[in-house]
Amino acid sequence: MPTLKDALISALGEDLKEYTLQRPSDVSAFIVPRMSFRAAAKVMLAQGARLAAEWATDDAAFKKGFSVHAAYNLDGEFLIVSAEMPEGGPSFPSITKKYLAAYRFERQIWSLFGILPEGHPDMRPWIKHEDWPADIYPLRKSFDGKTYIPKAAGTYVWVRAEGEGVYEIPVGPVHAGIIEPGHFRFQAVGEDIINMEARLGYTHKGIEKRFEQMDWASAARLAGRVSGDTSVGHATAYAEAVESASGTIVGLRAQYLRAILLERERMANHLGDIGAICNDAAFTFMLYQMSILREKMLRTNAALFGHRLTFDCVMPGGVSSDITREGKETIKAELSGIEAEFDKLVRIYEDNPSLEDRVYSTGILTPPDAKAFGVVGFVARASGVANDARILRPTDAYRKVPPIPPLLTSGDVHARAWVRIVEVRDSIRIIRMMLDEMPEGELSVEFTPPAPGACGFSAVEGWRGEIIYWVQAGPQGEINRCMVRDPSSVNWIAIEQAIKGNIVPDFPLCNKSFNQSYSGNDL
Amino acid sequence: MIRILHQIFKTGIVTEPLSPSDESKVIVAGSRLEEEILKRFRKSLTIRLVDAGSCNACELEIHAVNNPYYNAERFGVHFTASPRFADMLLVTGPVSRNMEAALKRTYDAMPSPKLVAAVGECAYNGGIFRDSYAVRNSVSEVIPVDAFIMGCPPAPADILNGILTAVRRQRP
Repeated sequence: MPTLKDALISALGEDLKEYTLQRPSDVSAFIVPRMSFRAAAKVMLAQGARLAAEWATDDAAFKKGFSVHAAYNLDGEFLIVSAEMPEGGPSFPSITKKYLAAYRFERQIWSLFGILPEGHPDMRPWIKHEDWPADIYPLRKSFDGKTYIPKAAGTYVWVRAEGEGVYEIPVGPVHAGIIEPGHFRFQAVGEDIINMEARLGYTHKGIEKRFEQMDWASAARLAGRVSGDTSVGHATAYAEAVESASGTIVGLRAQYLRAILLERERMANHLGDIGAICNDAAFTFMLYQMSILREKMLRTNAALFGHRLTFDCVMPGGVSSDITREGKETIKAELSGIEAEFDKLVRIYEDNPSLEDRVYSTGILTPPDAKAFGVVGFVARASGVANDARILRPTDAYRKVPPIPPLLTSGDVHARAWVRIVEVRDSIRIIRMMLDEMPEGELSVEFTPPAPGACGFSAVEGWRGEIIYWVQAGPQGEINRCMVRDPSSVNWIAIEQAIKGNIVPDFPLCNKSFNQSYSGNDL
Repeated sequence: MIRILHQIFKTGIVTEPLSPSDESKVIVAGSRLEEEILKRFRKSLTIRLVDAGSCNACELEIHAVNNPYYNAERFGVHFTASPRFADMLLVTGPVSRNMEAALKRTYDAMPSPKLVAAVGECAYNGGIFRDSYAVRNSVSEVIPVDAFIMGCPPAPADILNGILTAVRRQRP
């Protein structure tokens, strides 16, 4: 029985209106009166549901005002609660005090849509930096997405700690290494961090607005470039959302190929990360060894799929490249080689006291915090939260070859590294089984664009964790809205908790163990 | 320890000779530097990277330039944490509005003479993000660029060839 749906119906009853254009059919959607938006959140919280995403839409194309939407999840059930607002001075009751995960979602809704979350404790702009004119809301339909926004004067007020010996360290946006830009403010006493606040948005490229200027088919290329390390993950999540909105059923072979590509992406990124985590604990040996294994995978990708990072392999309706009989053998030989080397390296990881000293009990994200923030992916699985979209919402391919995700509870740097190690091995198993069991069939099916007003939803387990897309077709069947929720959008804030009480020099190590996306978060 | 040593010896040297890139992969722009100065950079080149709003794919491939297969250090090319020591600025991304000031300031912080190489299609013309309200469309809109390295993202060999081309001022 759908628990959330029943709970919502029995609590709000008469006030609910089912939104019938939401797809797929197992995702239910309800419109509640604006003032009941928080009451609905309370009902969801009482059921133990997680807030998976919160976003807004400008409904001008439908001759209406604005809407705010919240997607809740409990086990395999996803439920969307929406509330409509009038065009002038739109606002809704904030749910941040019920759900911590809403904290940045609502700041973003305020910054980019100009919709006021009433009762939100922190109204500083998010993504939109202080040098933007305050009255520009780029995701409103009335804003022309091609106008470059002028600079304005403004200041950003940071959270500050005061007291004897407390000092502040600003870091970024240009960092020391070859990584993406973001700004971190540390309040420290001696070496101990008493608070850290991140400010992101530096890589904001207006991606959600860009989607609205594209057609359904070509926007798959854009989804593949939301976060370059998760190209397959994002392209698959986009494709599945669009397919659900239009009722397209993808063939089994294409599903297997998508799953194989997803697992390869997971492996390649995890290999790189395990090396990089060790490198940040001054164990360079592992970085170079792991980067050899990673490079081998990327070269196989280039040979078999035409791109080292498997860009543009997934599109609505299916996939663009196949695996031939020889391709299967190439992958199997590659996996055997990697597996043998990887086992030796993991043994070295386990046997290294200096490494142990750095990674154990560093940067702990406690299971209660992990649950409260609604974190996803390997960050969740290292902190006792068993969240995996491959299991919550499996495609047919993953139903036939179910993943066996690890679950650790220590929540430290080691746990996040170890989850990756187990997942690399599991991905090898999954890819091997899928290569053997993959049926013959079409690579792609004819894709018909969604009908006017139709909405699609997807949750796909990328290598970082659950990626959510929600798409809505406009009155002419065009892209009216494409909401992107990268795992980073919920995981970033957890770092601020995990870092407390650690020493400043351990921040790079902690940060690497999370390795969240800046581009996927900033959009 | 014995396992580490065993692994190191067994791995051996995997570095490959650098294969030349397609001519179309590198676009040399302008000629701001004297031959004499460029000659100085040939032996040792220190690079600072600024991500000006890329999707992170270019960063991954720049990482790969430092892996044992491509081994940029053999050409005297290495990456530094500070622009103050840098001879070359490597820039990725379409220059997001929120990174424009940081990019300019990083460039200004570098001592002269300095070189700039823009990596990836976005850095050349904005790529798929072109004409968005939040991007500048090209690195050359913000700072002078000496070479554009094409690709989405460019392969590691192309990045390395591009860097060396910018220094040598000739086609690969």
